[in-house]
Amino acid sequence: MAKKEIDGEGLDIPNRIKALPVKRPGPIVAAVIVALLAAMLIQGMITNPRLEWAIVWKYLFNENVLEGIRYTLELTVISMVVAIILSVILAIMRKSINPVLRGVSWFFIWFFRGTPVYTQLIFWGLFSVLIPKLSLGVPFTSIEFWSIDSSVVVTAFNAAWIGLALNEAAYLSEIVRAGLEAVDPGQTEAAEALGMNRSLIMRRIVLPQAMRIIIPPTGNETIGMLKTTSLVTAVPFTLELQFATNAIANRIYKPIPLLLVACFWYLLITSILMVIQSRLEKHFGKGFDARAMGTRGKQPPLPGKTEGEPKDDVNKLNEAAFTGMTA
Amino acid sequence: MTETTAFQTGLPNQAAGVVPAIRATQVHKAFGSLHVLKGIDLTVMPGTVTVILGPSGSGKSTFLRLVNQLETLTGGSIEVNGELIGYKHVDKNGQDMLQTLNDKEIAAQRSRLGMVFQRFNLFPHMTALENVMEAPVHVKRMPKKEAHDLAVAELERVGLGDRLDYYPAQLSGGQQQRVAIARALAMKPEIMLFDEPTSALDPELVGEVLSVMRSLAKDGMTMVCVTHEIGFAREVADQVVFMDGGVVVEKGGPEIIEHPTEPRFKDFLQHVL
Repeated sequence: MAKKEIDGEGLDIPNRIKALPVKRPGPIVAAVIVALLAAMLIQGMITNPRLEWAIVWKYLFNENVLEGIRYTLELTVISMVVAIILSVILAIMRKSINPVLRGVSWFFIWFFRGTPVYTQLIFWGLFSVLIPKLSLGVPFTSIEFWSIDSSVVVTAFNAAWIGLALNEAAYLSEIVRAGLEAVDPGQTEAAEALGMNRSLIMRRIVLPQAMRIIIPPTGNETIGMLKTTSLVTAVPFTLELQFATNAIANRIYKPIPLLLVACFWYLLITSILMVIQSRLEKHFGKGFDARAMGTRGKQPPLPGKTEGEPKDDVNKLNEAAFTGMTA
Repeated sequence: MTETTAFQTGLPNQAAGVVPAIRATQVHKAFGSLHVLKGIDLTVMPGTVTVILGPSGSGKSTFLRLVNQLETLTGGSIEVNGELIGYKHVDKNGQDMLQTLNDKEIAAQRSRLGMVFQRFNLFPHMTALENVMEAPVHVKRMPKKEAHDLAVAELERVGLGDRLDYYPAQLSGGQQQRVAIARALAMKPEIMLFDEPTSALDPELVGEVLSVMRSLAKDGMTMVCVTHEIGFAREVADQVVFMDGGVVVEKGGPEIIEHPTEPRFKDFLQHVL
């Protein structure tokens, strides 16, 4: 974010320097070449008849496509929410003093990160074949209180989000763990000294600070998940966006325009997700960007302006926080 | 034995029947094979200021952290207001055993002690006001309105009434440390522990923190302070303790700074003064 602000504007600096900018022909040449290439690409996109923009337009709001978007969004949201909750649990288990919890967490991550998500989705599709009946009873005995057919519970849709969520949780838990470990141990000590218990410290002190580190890669993972949902045909679940557009394409023998339809929607949703991500980053970054707003939304006066406090230390901190945020 | 030690140092409030705020008896601490504390005896009477001096690595910070249970004892015992910390005596088959306290019991014991750290350890995602309100609201379950008023009062007490909505990153080191003191005070501790509170500060910021501590001492707060500020010790301390190599080398009233008897203490004072 380059600011076009003149240093010391309005100040009386008698010998202010007014110099010509340094001569740099390189960037101008590069800009011209790149702009030219971009223009050629756009011209090609518009004029190439094989892209068939008329058909793209015709199917852009087709009801099967719109339904596909709905399912894609549902799958993305459900599996990400489940994965985030599960990943925090896994990350906390991973740091537990209890070796059993640590071991289970390690095994979960090892298994679900170590096998392809496509394979896992096929497995979930076959779940009701492998385990026909789910029941509640005393383990290792034949005593049963309640049971239900697997095929009722693990429908294609459920299998799809379960498969996606478990796989994603394994990846996310490593992100969460890195975030938790990045928080200064002094924070936990200070909270302990105030009499806070472990779950309170995690919830109020450590997690909110870890979020700042966790959010950017999680946004990345969410965008990844949006597109990974196209793999649920493996279950098989056949109503999401990629499958829906593909089905139309096969019916009318026009693969290219329908791919463009899919691309358009994926890009639109990704753009919205990016906006949400930057909002979240701003929220959890508060206090780290030294110029952040006060609690009640008002801008506190700049430090050092109201009192005779030494200010160089503050400025140093401000600068550090600022470069930390933009780097 | 520690009673007599307290008597010898001529502390105020040492009259018979007054329960010491802190009583450490033969405290040992080892990290792996590193023997950090080698039998510390120390008594702190209520309403007094104890300053612990000593070179780095002498175990003085470790001692404070033991009192606040940020570390666990390896040997000996520490009592706060007459209550054993970290453990309780239980009767197991007619035998007296020590039972480790659970998290909740430890948290309850800790809430009687306030601690101020060398590196402030303010919560960076909360404003000064929120930092101070945090524990009263979430540990003591105080209503928000009440906690807000309390936090404002505590911040005004440390001279930061005009910095309520500042985040730690917007405050100078001295201001941050004063917020940290206010945060500890908001829990109404009976004893305040200071772990080198001015060591991470630029020289010109040390004064503001020391003056807050001075006024706390004047208000009769029981304080244990690990510091390198000899001037503060001379002026405010009721008891001065010099530690080196994991043992208490010399202790007494503030006059021992002028007239040290132990050669190691003399040597130390020559280097810092």
